[in-house]
Amino acid sequence: MNKIADALKKPVIRILAAILLGLMAAGVILAIAGYPPAASIAALGKGIFSKPKYISNVIIKSTPLIFTGLAVAFAFKTGLFNIGAEGQFIIGCLASTLVGVTVKLPAVLQIPLILITGMAAGAAYGGIIGLLKAKFGIHEVISGIMLNWIALYLSNYVCMLPAFRKGDTNGTDQVSEAGRTLILGAWKKTGEGAAVLKKIPVFGEILLKTDANIGFVIAVLTAVVLAILLKNTIKGFELQAVGYNKYAAEAVGINIRKNILEVMLIAGAVAGLGAALYITGNSPHKVTVLSAFEGMGTNGLGVALIAGSSPIGCIFSGLLFGGLLYGGQALQYEVGAPTEIINITIGTIVFFVAIIQGVPKLLEKYGGRRKGHAE
Amino acid sequence: MKLKKLTALGTAAVMLACMAGCGTAAEEESGFSVAMITDTAGINDQSFNQSAWEGLQEFSKASGVEVNYLESKQSADYVTNLERLGDSDADFIWSVGFDTADALVEVAANNPDLRYAIVDNSYEDTPDNVTGVVFKAEEPSFLVGYIAGKTTTTDHVGFVGGIENAVIRQFMYGYEAGVSYAAKEMGKEIQIDVQYAESFSDAAKGKAIASKMFSEGCDIVYQAAGGSGTGVIEAAKEAGKYAIGVDRDQAYLAPENVLTSALKKVGKAMSIVSEKVMNGEDFGGQTLSFGMAEECVGIPEENPNMDPAVYEDAMKIAELIKNGEITAPATEEEYTAFLESLK
Repeated sequence: MNKIADALKKPVIRILAAILLGLMAAGVILAIAGYPPAASIAALGKGIFSKPKYISNVIIKSTPLIFTGLAVAFAFKTGLFNIGAEGQFIIGCLASTLVGVTVKLPAVLQIPLILITGMAAGAAYGGIIGLLKAKFGIHEVISGIMLNWIALYLSNYVCMLPAFRKGDTNGTDQVSEAGRTLILGAWKKTGEGAAVLKKIPVFGEILLKTDANIGFVIAVLTAVVLAILLKNTIKGFELQAVGYNKYAAEAVGINIRKNILEVMLIAGAVAGLGAALYITGNSPHKVTVLSAFEGMGTNGLGVALIAGSSPIGCIFSGLLFGGLLYGGQALQYEVGAPTEIINITIGTIVFFVAIIQGVPKLLEKYGGRRKGHAE
Repeated sequence: MKLKKLTALGTAAVMLACMAGCGTAAEEESGFSVAMITDTAGINDQSFNQSAWEGLQEFSKASGVEVNYLESKQSADYVTNLERLGDSDADFIWSVGFDTADALVEVAANNPDLRYAIVDNSYEDTPDNVTGVVFKAEEPSFLVGYIAGKTTTTDHVGFVGGIENAVIRQFMYGYEAGVSYAAKEMGKEIQIDVQYAESFSDAAKGKAIASKMFSEGCDIVYQAAGGSGTGVIEAAKEAGKYAIGVDRDQAYLAPENVLTSALKKVGKAMSIVSEKVMNGEDFGGQTLSFGMAEECVGIPEENPNMDPAVYEDAMKIAELIKNGEITAPATEEEYTAFLESLK
C-alpha cells in the first residue's frame, strides 16, 4: 500500500493513473450505453494516431488549448483563478481578426502586427479583471465570468456590424493571406506547390491537408518563458509568494496589488496571443457569430488543472485535450457513440486528477492502521 | 496490492481493446456509402441538421446504403471533419449548412477525386466535384403566410428571422407575399411585423421578440430562426397565441400553439440526390434547386389547430405553386413585383 502511496506522490504517475482511470470510466459508460468499450477506445486511438495528418491535427487543435491553459496556470501560480481566459481568448480573436482584415501590410509586418494586437487586446481584457481585483477587491471569478459573457456578445455584435460583416455570411471577412501563420500557406494553394507536396510522403500530406502552422512552436516557447519567469526571476518569486501566502508576501514588502494586475495582464496576453495564432493559423481565419462559448478558456481550465499549473505540463495536457477532442469525433464516426462521451471522459480525468491528490494521504492513514491491526 | 492488480487489469483491458478494435477496423465495407458533417448547431438541433441526418437514415433503410455523420463543434472543425470523411470509405460527402461553404471549397480542391454536396449554398463558381443543393424556402413560406393571413383574427401577424441573409430573406418575402395574397383574397389589410433575432441560437431573444409582437396585437408569428425560433414557440404557448414552425414539423414543441410548419425536407432532397449519384449520375459543378414540385418543401398533413377549410384552400394554393401559376417571391425585387401584380 505504501508503495502505491509513494508512487502516487509523484505528479506524473498520479496524472497518468488519473488518465487511465478516466478512460476506464469512459469505457464503463460506453458499455452501459450499449457501445462496445474496447472497440470504442480503439477507435479513439485510431482517430488520433492512424495517420500523420491526424497527429498534425491534434497538435493544431491543442495549440489554442495550451495557450489558454497557460493563461490559467500562470494566474493560478499566483493564487488567481483565471476563469476569464475564455473572454480574453474571444477578445484576442476579435481584435486580431479586425486588424487582419482591415490592415494590408506585407507578411513580415502584418503577422507581428496581428499577434501584438491579439496580445494587447487579451492583456487589456485580462487587465480589467486584475484592476477590479486590485482596486476594489472584486473576486476574479465573478468579474471573469461576467466579462466572458460581455466578450461573447461584444464579438457577436462587432462581427455583424456592416463595416466588418462579409456579405450575407455570419461573420467577418477572412484575414488576408499576408497575415496567416500557416507553414507554406500561400505556396501550397498554388497548383505547383500542391504538386510538389504531393510527392513528399509524410510531411507533404501534413502540409497540404492540414492547417499546419507555427502556433505550436510559439506555444512551447511561451510555456518555457513562463516557466523560467516563475522559477528563475525575482518577479516570478514575488508572484508565487503572493500565491502561497499574500499576507506573508505583503509583510516582506511585496506589492500585492501591483502583482495581481501584472499577473492578469500577462495571463490575458498569453490567451490573446493564442487567439491571434488561432485566427491566423486555422481556417476559416475569421470571427463568426458564436451561438455559445467555444470552450477554449473552459478547456484551458482543465488543461491547467491536469498539468498541476505547471507551464511545461500544460504542453502535454494540452496535447491530451486536443487528442481527446479531435479523436473523439472518430469515436462517434466509427462506433456511433455520441461525442458527449469525450466530454465525460475529460471530466472524469479532471475529477480523478483532483481527488487522486488526496489518495496517498488516505492510503498512508488507512493502510497504516490496517497494518497495525494485522501485526 | 489490490490496486496494482486493478491497474494491471486495466492495462490488459486497454490492450485487448486495441487488438479487438484493430480487428473490426480492418474489415472493409463494400458498396456505396454516404456521410455528412453538421454545422456547429449539432446533430440534435431539432431542425436542419437533424432533418438531414434523419433523411440519410431513411435513405439507408430504404436502399441499404451505409450512412454516417460527423458533428462539428466549432467552425474550425469543418475542414478537419470533411478531411476525415474523405479518409473513410464514404463515396459521397454532404456538408450541411451554408456556414460550411468556405471549408468545403478548400477540402474539395485538395481532394479532386472525391464527390461532395452542400446543403443551402449555391456558389457563384461551383467546384467540379461539388454539388450545391438549395431549397425554394419561399414556397412553403408563401403557403404558411397564406394560412396565417386566412387564420388571423387581429389582422396582424409577425415574422422572426435569425440572422438576416439571402436564405432567411427567402422565408421572409415568401411569407409576406403569402399573407398579402390572403389579404387580397379576403379584401382586407393585414399588418406584418418583421424582426431579426441576430442569432440562430438565442431562444431567450426569440421569445422576447415574439412576446412583444403578441402583446402588440399579432396573433400568429412565423419564425425562421433556428434555435431562436424555439423561443418564439414558447412565447406563443405562454401568450396562448399561434406560432408557425419551420424546417421540421415543430408541432410537438407546443401541440396547442403551433398552427402549422413550413417544412424544408432537407433529408428528402439529400436522399434524392444521393440516390441519383449512387446510380451513376453526376451533378458536379451544378446547383440543384428543390421546391414544391419535387415535394421537398410543404406543410405537414396533420394540422390539428388549423381550420379544415383553410387547409383545403391552402392545398389549392400549393397546387397553384406547383404548376407555376403562383411564383412565390424570394428576393426584394420579386416581392415588389409580386405586390404590383396583386393590385
